[in-house]
Amino acid sequence: MHQKIDTYARTMREEKQHSVLMGATASTEKRYSVLHQDFEDPDALRTLAAGIKDHALANLDRYLADAEGALTANGAHVHWATDGEEAKDLILGILRDHNVTQLTKSKSMVAEEIHLNPFLIENGIECLESDLGEFIVQLDGDEPSHIVRPIIHKNRREIAETFQREHIGADYNDDPEIITRRARVHLRKKYFEAQAGITGANFVSAESGRLVLVTNEGNARFGMAPVPLHIAIVGIEKIVARDRDLAVLLNLLGRSATGQQLTVYTQFINGPRGKDQPSGPEHMHVVFLDNGRTDVLASNCKEILRCIRCSACQNVCPVYRQASGHAYRSPYGGPVGAVLSPLLFGKRFPELADLPKASSLCGACQEVCPVDIPIPDLLLRLRDRAKKEHVKSPGTPPMAPFAALATNPAVWRTSMTMSKAMNHLPIRFAPVAPLQAWIKQRTLPEWHGGDFRKWLKERNDND
Amino acid sequence: MSSRDEIFSRIRKALPPEEERPKRPEFVNGDLLSRPRLEGSSLWDTFKRNFEAVNGRAMESVGALADFLLEREFSTGYCDPRLMDRVGSPLAERGLQVETVFERSRYDDYQFGITRATGAIAESGSLIFDDESTSDRLAALSPWVHVGLLERHELIRSIPEAVDRFGASSNIVWATGPSKTADVEGILIEGVHGPGEEIALLLE
Ligand code: SF4
Repeated sequence: MHQKIDTYARTMREEKQHSVLMGATASTEKRYSVLHQDFEDPDALRTLAAGIKDHALANLDRYLADAEGALTANGAHVHWATDGEEAKDLILGILRDHNVTQLTKSKSMVAEEIHLNPFLIENGIECLESDLGEFIVQLDGDEPSHIVRPIIHKNRREIAETFQREHIGADYNDDPEIITRRARVHLRKKYFEAQAGITGANFVSAESGRLVLVTNEGNARFGMAPVPLHIAIVGIEKIVARDRDLAVLLNLLGRSATGQQLTVYTQFINGPRGKDQPSGPEHMHVVFLDNGRTDVLASNCKEILRCIRCSACQNVCPVYRQASGHAYRSPYGGPVGAVLSPLLFGKRFPELADLPKASSLCGACQEVCPVDIPIPDLLLRLRDRAKKEHVKSPGTPPMAPFAALATNPAVWRTSMTMSKAMNHLPIRFAPVAPLQAWIKQRTLPEWHGGDFRKWLKERNDND
Repeated sequence: MSSRDEIFSRIRKALPPEEERPKRPEFVNGDLLSRPRLEGSSLWDTFKRNFEAVNGRAMESVGALADFLLEREFSTGYCDPRLMDRVGSPLAERGLQVETVFERSRYDDYQFGITRATGAIAESGSLIFDDESTSDRLAALSPWVHVGLLERHELIRSIPEAVDRFGASSNIVWATGPSKTADVEGILIEGVHGPGEEIALLLE
């Protein structure tokens, strides 16, 4: 049995695995240290955040209508799409109304989910990803492998080769600073040429209609500054009741995602540009998307809709660390993806029914989740559903070894020890000096997987 | 049935009746504060420490700003026309070329941009800008150096208090340091799309 995971690991290039592992581990450490330095009781904050999202989701009908009203009153146009196809057609229609041939798009998970980008390109609209990582993914025709750091699986040499191939910059240069400068020059020109900017939204306040957008690079802000049209595509679960609630969630999002107190640019937008402002969209359109979310709301896994896409669960997950995001075959990798992706797949649930099995149920994901989603419980509920719906057990290749591993207690115990070793190795051997600087705090959170297994076992025994 | 109606009817079907829905959790601003971050003898002191921790620069005179720009051999930039008296003209006297219109076709010519902040958050080291105070969004975003002018009474203690004071602007941004990325091998690089230098200039 031990062979299987080794076999899988061998099929992933060692370099890629190393990149994923190192990036994920560094993020986990920073998250832990910043939360505990800043707050006496970070858990109280997590509980509060969970309550805020729960309340908003339980009153979604009211709050969505409120947000729509506030946005409309401010001069924004609000649209509704039941699925990805409808959203894409809607967006294409708006772009055509405004004669848009070229646009930039800041990173949006929901746009990934509905494959907006390729659709617009097929329809003759140049649609450029402006987040540095997403831009590189787009140049390579690759897929993002991480929610927050899309190119966590790539190293500087691969990126430099891509730039050389695409003639971005005069020669091959793999200095990360040079890579970034070259992207700056290239994308800047594109921002000014574009006629529209597309974004997602991290949160929406029902009270004011404010869409909250966070980026470190400033790409969402730049993408909107020189263009007359802004289109935001937003999952209906992004709502919170009041502006005040945003303070709670923002305090957790940056810290959980990248160990920052706040992401560099936090934007609050609820309408077209101000009256005397010379730069910025005169037209704002917001597309609210269902795409399976109302099914999730009606299911016994509705807690996953609280997710704020921080990627903390992904970073801490031993399976993700070894498998990388691509193994999850959807934009959402790691534990959140193992729950959300099969649910959003609707009738095609069986295709991704292996994901919930490829988990150790170690509990680390719930411990780090800023909105306290009981991910292990949800995974069990989904396994149950697969059983009830007679989905054949682990069939799909990428996750099979993990599924097999996770469902075999003896092998699992061995791999737990492996995971423990994995947690500690990469930092000590981190070969890049600047990385060491970026990682200020080197103490890893204790590995609690064993305890959770014990708890789970006791609980099952009592059932 | 319209898509809107369909979505709303699916939501209503999924939700429990009104009386079984979870209540809104109550909290006060004090519950959200990061005490260690709030330490400092004054709000400016606290802001400065937190802003510098994210590689922002805090300055207290136009002279210091001029020194900084000249040292780095910057020559040309933009200044909000309303700030010419206080900042733009003194810089011009030191030999810097200061323009009051941001011409898009020459976006590469502007090495610095000076605009008005509406406030700053001490707890997080964030400058606050909105569409009403910012004379031109592009001038605040495109040049390598951005300077946000701030007065002492505009300092806000914490994140939740800044939310309480949002006001009516349709476009607000908190800038917590210069633009940055860690996309390439997790290495921190500043100045990706936005400014590589973010400066808070406190003037009385
Ligand atoms: S499930 Fe929780 S930890 Fe995972 S991405 Fe969502 S909010 Fe973050």
